[in-house]
Amino acid sequence: MSNAPHRFALIQRLLHWLMAACIVAMFFIGVGMVSTVAPKYLPLILIHKTLGVTLLVLVVIRLALRLHYGAPPLPADLPPAIKLGARLSHRLLYGFMIVMPLLGLGMLWAAAYPVVLYGGIRIPALLPQSDRVHTLLWNAHFYLGFAFFALVLLHLAAALFHALVRRDGVFGTIAPFRLRNRTTPAE
Amino acid sequence: MNQSGKLPRSGLGPLVLIAAILGGGAAAFAYTAGWLSPGRLTPEQMIAALTPPSGAPLGHRRNHAKGICFTGIFEANGNGVELSRAKVFERGTYPALGRFNLGTADPNAVDATVRVRGLGLQIAAADGEEWRMALINPPFFAVSTPRAFHDLLIASAEKEPEAMKIFIHANPEFAAFATWAKTAPWTTSYAEEPYHGLNSFIFTNAKGGEHAVRWSLLPTVQPVPVSQAELEKRGPDFLEQEIVERIRTAGPQRWTMVTTVADPGDPIADPSRPWPEGRRKVQLGTLAVQRIEPERDGPCRDINFDPTVLPRGIRLSDDPFPAARSSVYRKSYDLRAAEAGDYPRTESARP
Repeated sequence: MSNAPHRFALIQRLLHWLMAACIVAMFFIGVGMVSTVAPKYLPLILIHKTLGVTLLVLVVIRLALRLHYGAPPLPADLPPAIKLGARLSHRLLYGFMIVMPLLGLGMLWAAAYPVVLYGGIRIPALLPQSDRVHTLLWNAHFYLGFAFFALVLLHLAAALFHALVRRDGVFGTIAPFRLRNRTTPAE
Repeated sequence: MNQSGKLPRSGLGPLVLIAAILGGGAAAFAYTAGWLSPGRLTPEQMIAALTPPSGAPLGHRRNHAKGICFTGIFEANGNGVELSRAKVFERGTYPALGRFNLGTADPNAVDATVRVRGLGLQIAAADGEEWRMALINPPFFAVSTPRAFHDLLIASAEKEPEAMKIFIHANPEFAAFATWAKTAPWTTSYAEEPYHGLNSFIFTNAKGGEHAVRWSLLPTVQPVPVSQAELEKRGPDFLEQEIVERIRTAGPQRWTMVTTVADPGDPIADPSRPWPEGRRKVQLGTLAVQRIEPERDGPCRDINFDPTVLPRGIRLSDDPFPAARSSVYRKSYDLRAAEAGDYPRTESARP
């Protein structure tokens, strides 16, 4: 236990909160843009595409950092089922972060749309036009988007539960700044 | 460890707070998605308004459903460089792909029953950029706003005769279009029609100079006006047969791309208001349509002629229509792609 870190590394914590803000923004931009024919449709879709590709790059960096630094241990007294849930949900979150931008890009490629990001950056198509592939990827992007949002809400609920109810220091491991010492684990 | 896993002294307060945060997040999400705002004009509502009482044209575009593909070239004469730095205006030849079409939700409509004819076009620049557009033959649009277009679709589908009167009272700009529809000559060929972009865009040149413009494709053959009854006699699919035959016997058909440059104060945001005569016009080049292919296996079938797919050097103006069209065209594409099984393809293997 003494060698295990008490908190995530600073760069991991910063990246977590940066990506959290961007991902939450993506949910709202995503459902907002497809529900309107107003002029804001176009800037919203441009932000959604640009932020999506940016998040894909960031999650690769984040995974590398996670493999390099590891993660602080969960409290020893946490019930095994909760521990398992924590591990599974974190893997799922990483899975969504990787898959969602790829599905988004893929469905645009399969619809023969040029993918142009903010600043005129063009992403070359890696898939040919295909109605079937477009529909498959579109459905996956759409429905997994809602599942991802639900999982983020669950993640938030768990974080708040650790922070406000259990007060077991788990929240302190990812908090952007140091909380009161008594909330860090294993002290 | 200070809490030993026991549930707390803190009581109900934090749990209520957590529930409130989650509930607030979910409610904000639902609001953003429009689930709490039935008045919001959504692409689904626009498509519902386009759908005829007989049902949606499954597998087809939700509007301009009847069409035929073409391929050809855009020959830029270099004049456009002064207005826009888009590569497609540099003197040269660029591959073009497009679709002649009729403004109807019925893929089997009788040609003589459809007043509005259109042309979808995609021009590819050498650097991989694409320029897409969808143009129609009236010289101005029917209404001022996407909302008014939705209301027009609803009103014109009403059996109640008062519905159109009420609509025209609320949207007086429609009168000019109604006059055009009644009086403009019919022709027996896609090749004899002008096609107008109607929406305003901003051209940006290499020096950063900006101009609001609209563009048109003007036919190079003389239109021969005919009556609607005369066209009807030719048969339900005459326009498609005619353009195939014309290109087979007379070779490529050409349109001159002309851009009109707005003066300060001209209405940029309202495609129902044409700009005054005498505005500066610049010929950008020529569209040559070289080959016609049936839509069912043709190269235009899988292209969404979204007018917001623009090369660098052309950007959107304050005109609200391109965004609305993009949003609705996207939904139409998603629907017809998902319905591909209902589309009457002739090839054995579907992609």
